Amino acid sequence: MSDLISQNLNMIFKTPKGETVHALKDLNFTLKKGELLTVLGPSGCGKTTLLNITAGFIRPTSGVITLNNKEIDGPGVERGMVFQQGALFEWLTVAENVNFGLRMKKEDPIQTAKKVDEWLEIVGLQGFGNTPTYQLSGGMQQRVALARCLINDPDLILMDEPLGALDALTREKMQSLVLKIWKETGKTIILITHSVEEALLLGERLYVMAPRPGRIHKEYNLPFASMGLKEDLREIKKNKDFSTKREEILEMIWNMEEEIMGKDI
Amino acid sequence: MLTQIITFLIFVAVIGCILYGRRLIKTEKVDAVFGNPERALGGTHWVIVGSSFLLLVWLYYSWDIAKGFYPKSANELCQVAKVNDSLLGLKYQFPIEEREFKSTSQIKKENKNLNLILNEIQNSQEIDNQQKTVLAGFIKKTNQLIPLLTNEDLIENETKQKINDITGKINLLTENFQKPDYPFETEQELNERLKAVSEEGGWGIVKVQSGTGSIENTMEVPLIPATDRGLKFHTAAQELNLISDEFFKLRNHNPQFKTQIKQLKDDIKSYRKDLSDSEEVASTYAKNIVKIARRIEFASIYPPNALNKMQNAIIKFDNAQIKAQGGLRFIDILLFPAGTIVASGPSCSEQGSGRWLPKPSDTFNKFILMSKPSVGYKDIPLLWIDMVDVSKMIGFILPDWIADILPGEYPVHTKDGIVKENFKGNVLKVVTGDFKLFKIPVPYGHIWDSFLRVFLGLVFGIIIGVPLGLFMGLNRFAKGFFDPLIELYRPVPPLAWAPLIISVLGIDNTGKVFLLFMVSLSIMIISARAGASGTQLSKIHAAHSLGASKRQILRHVIFPNSLPEILTGIRVAVGMCWGTLVAAEFLAGTTGIGFVENVAKKYFQYEVIWITIFIMGMLGLLFDITLRKIIDKTIPWRGKG
Repeated sequence: MSDLISQNLNMIFKTPKGETVHALKDLNFTLKKGELLTVLGPSGCGKTTLLNITAGFIRPTSGVITLNNKEIDGPGVERGMVFQQGALFEWLTVAENVNFGLRMKKEDPIQTAKKVDEWLEIVGLQGFGNTPTYQLSGGMQQRVALARCLINDPDLILMDEPLGALDALTREKMQSLVLKIWKETGKTIILITHSVEEALLLGERLYVMAPRPGRIHKEYNLPFASMGLKEDLREIKKNKDFSTKREEILEMIWNMEEEIMGKDI
Repeated sequence: MLTQIITFLIFVAVIGCILYGRRLIKTEKVDAVFGNPERALGGTHWVIVGSSFLLLVWLYYSWDIAKGFYPKSANELCQVAKVNDSLLGLKYQFPIEEREFKSTSQIKKENKNLNLILNEIQNSQEIDNQQKTVLAGFIKKTNQLIPLLTNEDLIENETKQKINDITGKINLLTENFQKPDYPFETEQELNERLKAVSEEGGWGIVKVQSGTGSIENTMEVPLIPATDRGLKFHTAAQELNLISDEFFKLRNHNPQFKTQIKQLKDDIKSYRKDLSDSEEVASTYAKNIVKIARRIEFASIYPPNALNKMQNAIIKFDNAQIKAQGGLRFIDILLFPAGTIVASGPSCSEQGSGRWLPKPSDTFNKFILMSKPSVGYKDIPLLWIDMVDVSKMIGFILPDWIADILPGEYPVHTKDGIVKENFKGNVLKVVTGDFKLFKIPVPYGHIWDSFLRVFLGLVFGIIIGVPLGLFMGLNRFAKGFFDPLIELYRPVPPLAWAPLIISVLGIDNTGKVFLLFMVSLSIMIISARAGASGTQLSKIHAAHSLGASKRQILRHVIFPNSLPEILTGIRVAVGMCWGTLVAAEFLAGTTGIGFVENVAKKYFQYEVIWITIFIMGMLGLLFDITLRKIIDKTIPWRGKG
């Protein structure tokens, strides 16, 4: 069973003022191998905290999260991460960036060079191997980040608003790329976003999270990701079912935001 | 010759570049007052104009243009200065340069002094009335000496005759001076003079043929007259000196004056003798009165009209010599700005801005001379190569105790007086460098020493500072622990540490390298710390989830990420080290560029001072350009990430 299982996950922060913030409360979910989960929610609902716990950067206050029946207690190669700004190493070229994980494992350079070329082709960056990363556009940088993560062959890919900083056109192209990679590799993916459309389009499953305390508010199983593998994404957006779901979720988040604002005032 | 060509080329370059620049301006875009988009670009042609202008100012104010175009002018002006020098004493007797006769001003001065003393005596509480009367009598008598000198009826015939003699001599000199063949030099004298001139050399730093070989001469201004015009002035100056001496030996002392002053002196002497010890104040006043009487005795005080003829003779000669200077006066005014050549006694020297602004040609010649390894400065070349046996380096690197810890004893001489080497002894030879291998060239000299000190100080600073800085940037304990140490010594100006460190570690390389190490260490720590703590957390996370270990993250993420800050730190540290080094070499030491400048300062070797300034400037520039190239090559991503 190569599932991601979360049991009674709790995360409580203490602010310097002494207040306690319940970032995550009693989170229980199971993610099967090969599933694509998108997480949506207003700011402060614990999306990023959940991702950081899954990546192993922080430890939960209580509860257990396991991948392949192994408890997560630190960062690992089996969980790759893609960051919002790419977090590329600008002192390395595109190929060296992609190769970074393999180099750290001290794999044979000739073998890895081949692998790097393959992955650059998959993400559509063939011929850019020797380009310095600072000369790339935002979309291309995210492709490099994606390839760098995937070359390590992780079981689980964590994406923290990876397409948030891109313009609309590039974003759509990248969404297709994510779907394509998901299909071709069959990886388990958790993608955090603040765009409802993106969450609906990419998510095979979708969690809408609610803040204070951070919890899963509603869960959806969606057909659009599977459709997206065959159809054009723009066609799916015209789908009536799609717009109904979008309105429903938007309303839900809007209410949550209002609730927070009301509480604050 | 070279100076002439360069001056000419500068003018051509300046005019050419200005014309080019003006033509370029017409084609440039101008959309508002400062709206030219290329306004920040400058341009090579304007750089040429700027540097030419600097060079021209230097050539002009150091009088190198005068030297280039009129190399004999300094020598001639020196002769003119000799005449002015010998004429000065005579001229000051008359209202020529001064406002009044010397006699008039002398009389005024001494009358004033006498009145002052009289007032003091009358108001004094320490002298009784009887003594006051006596002292006032002395003052009156002193005062009465003056008319004895200024009365025309009293002047002796002998004195009159002597004044006439001197006047006649001056007139004769004036007459002769205006003759074209004055001073009637014989062929032999001419040849001897020309030989002496060629041996003496020219103005500034030149090579002189002398006897068996050539020597470097650094005569500031040649003394022996090289031209006929110069000789005229030189001879006249000599004659004037004799005349002047004769006049100042002359005393206008008639018999009445002599008896009067003798009586006054005797009176005061006996008066002072009779005073008791308690009446010291009165005695002092009497002594001061005698002093004034003596001054009147030896001042050249004459009746108002007695020297009229002599005054006219001097004015005539002065006019004649000014006329004889001719074009030389215009060279002096135009090409010797802010100063001229002045004679004092037997020597001539440049006086004015040219003194501290040595001529470019002289500086260049001196630099060529100093660059020769056999000359250098203080027996050490500026920069040269020495062949050193590799064994010496091995002996320097290997510590001597290696031989000591080996088992066995060092060889002892036998009763036949022979020393038989054993293994332990041979090892000692190796670790002390007492053997021969092959020789390799090693640079040495003042420039190399300075460079090496900066380099070593910097390297040690980087080796220790960068890891420590990175550690401090990543670890709260390290930051807290090392911060007090660094923040306590860093704000102290490095030169404030210099006396302490030099007295503890010595004036040689150790002290200076340690001082520079201190300077670079704090800079490197601060820059490496800033670089390390500025690493984005997402990059560390990314590397971590890609499987990098803690050490690998440090080596492959945090270190390269801090490189821009570290390299900027190195660039700052080089500048700081360079400045501190020169000042430290000023303080103490036996080699180095700063040392050279400090010694040159003591001997007023302005050329050498300027040479050291140029060398330092060039080396500093070289350091900076090299580092800039390294920075551009190693961290091209800076500011773009």
